[in-house]
Amino acid sequence: MITLKDLETGKRAIIQDIRGGLGLQRRLESLNIRVGKTVRKVSSLPFHGPIIVEVDRSKIAIGQGMAHKILVEVIDEDSPHGKS
Amino acid sequence: MKILLMGNPNVGKSVVFSRLTGANVVASNYPGTTVEYTRGTLKVDEQRVEVIDVPGTYSLTPFCKAEEVARDMFFKENPDLILNIVDSTNLERNLYLTLQILENRMPTIIVLNMWDLAKRKGVHLNIEKLQESLGVPVIPVVAVSGEGIKQLVRLIREVLEKKVEYTPSIREMDDEEKWKFIGKLLLEIQKIEHRHPTLLEKLEDASVHPILGVLIALIVAYLTLQFIIGIGEFLTGEILDPFFYNYYGPFITKTIESVFPAGPIHDILVGTGYNYMESFGLLTTGIYVPVAVVLPYVSLFYLVLGFLEDLGYLPRLAVLTDNIMHKLGLHGASVISLILGLGCNVPGVLATRILEDERERFIALTLLSISVPCMAQTAVIIGLLGPHGIKYIAMVYGTLVTIYILAGYILNKIMKGESPEIFLEIPPYKIPHTGTLLKKTWTRIRGFLLEAIPFVFLGILLVNLLYVAGIMKILASILAPIFSGILGLPKEAAATLIIGFLRKDIATGLLAPLHLTPEQLVVATTVLAIYFPCIATFVVLSKEIGVKGMIKIGILMVTLAFLVGGIQHLLLQTI
Repeated sequence: MITLKDLETGKRAIIQDIRGGLGLQRRLESLNIRVGKTVRKVSSLPFHGPIIVEVDRSKIAIGQGMAHKILVEVIDEDSPHGKS
Repeated sequence: MKILLMGNPNVGKSVVFSRLTGANVVASNYPGTTVEYTRGTLKVDEQRVEVIDVPGTYSLTPFCKAEEVARDMFFKENPDLILNIVDSTNLERNLYLTLQILENRMPTIIVLNMWDLAKRKGVHLNIEKLQESLGVPVIPVVAVSGEGIKQLVRLIREVLEKKVEYTPSIREMDDEEKWKFIGKLLLEIQKIEHRHPTLLEKLEDASVHPILGVLIALIVAYLTLQFIIGIGEFLTGEILDPFFYNYYGPFITKTIESVFPAGPIHDILVGTGYNYMESFGLLTTGIYVPVAVVLPYVSLFYLVLGFLEDLGYLPRLAVLTDNIMHKLGLHGASVISLILGLGCNVPGVLATRILEDERERFIALTLLSISVPCMAQTAVIIGLLGPHGIKYIAMVYGTLVTIYILAGYILNKIMKGESPEIFLEIPPYKIPHTGTLLKKTWTRIRGFLLEAIPFVFLGILLVNLLYVAGIMKILASILAPIFSGILGLPKEAAATLIIGFLRKDIATGLLAPLHLTPEQLVVATTVLAIYFPCIATFVVLSKEIGVKGMIKIGILMVTLAFLVGGIQHLLLQTI
């Protein structure tokens, strides 16, 4: 498991855990970022800039600190389970 | 009868609102366009129904001021019907709020907006099944083109006539149950085809790319400046100036002179002298400045702004500027209030409502009011300093940018707490619809004309009266030590400070008859930009941050204005 912050740009991953208070969890959840969802990292801005993930058909910018609290498992695109 | 329009941010609530009520409200392609509710009326047969456009929210648990407004409207307005506007391309997330609304057992109609986009994106939905599971009617629409609105009105009429009861059959669920329910529902009713990304979608990703994104932002900024200044100069210099000097001016002067050959009424109406920037008559300068100098720039600015808003570019700019903004105690989303503020500070102030944190809002509002000149003011600055060379305009704006950065940096250091992180939805690019864009630009231009002209008139009238009464002279001599001593300006320039409270553009114009050197103009226009907000901004600003906050910002502004002006004066002397 790695954090969403460390996920490579362009890769897809499944959210495993959100390590934050109830407030943060609720907030992320209301934009459909929650355990079990598949996300794709679209971009990551340098110098502690935000990262951008795609969830279903929407893109969301998330600050580095928040992204650090989201743990994901990378989907191996080559394995048969890779596509969802 | 009362209807609330509710839904996630950027699902097209304001477009549906305009369609239903015929009222023109500004709609854009980014979350947080509507931060305040708008009321309108829909006529169904002979009955008038109140329709309220509520700010977008992702849930009924608010995280910012705009979302708070939404929650309060939902629980306190006692609506007879909720229109829950839903983005068809993103049902899963949207349905979370839907379930929260439905479990409160309010009569609801679900409006699946952007139905066309869903089809293009390969999203297929079974509406009948969705309707069955939720127990309320579901209707697909394309609000931008008006498709489905008639059917929606028909449904509303049925509810009004109490022919049908649309009370939902959803029971209360906790969050986990809600998501499970939605997941199961979608498996039954939604099919998604895989589509290859279109060119527009590739451009979406490129404009938030660390390198390409910055490059695109620079190109956008360059083209925007070229477009506004290039065409603005052409419109003023080649079309409006000749019109005023060859036709309108001589005509109005002759007409007035045939009735009032001379005297105070003549002077108030057409002023003195031939130059319309300097004569300060109601019918000369009072028309010339707002129409010939300011209007072209304001119109062009709103055209570009509207285009970028409808395209969906602004949130991307927020992402790109996020790391810089963090150094100033802000995050990227505040760039939206900055850009709106460059048009007019009032919408800029309101746009800070999408910021989550009070500290951040205070910093954003302070920076906005001390260092962001509105387009009307910019137009007059360009008009005054342009003939002396671009470097003088650069000095004014260079100073303001420095203040923005320095003040932000210092406030971030001295105020307790830290800046929250950005958490912002980035909408898909949409090619702006020309008709909608022009209509929106016109709505804003009309707003400018209706608000600006009365205050410009009032300002000019006041200038004339104060001169006639001799008050200007008294004031000028009181403020003379500051003006000539610290700023190196003639004491008459003090008059601009009074009028600046009414309108910044006309106050800046008041510098024209003084025939200042370009260096003095730089100091005077900069001081005028910083020292205090115009009355319209003052009113909304006080409402947003309270009297105490306003006093704090006010003291900061006045001190800073003379400090900065003084430094400028010293520096310009040494060059």
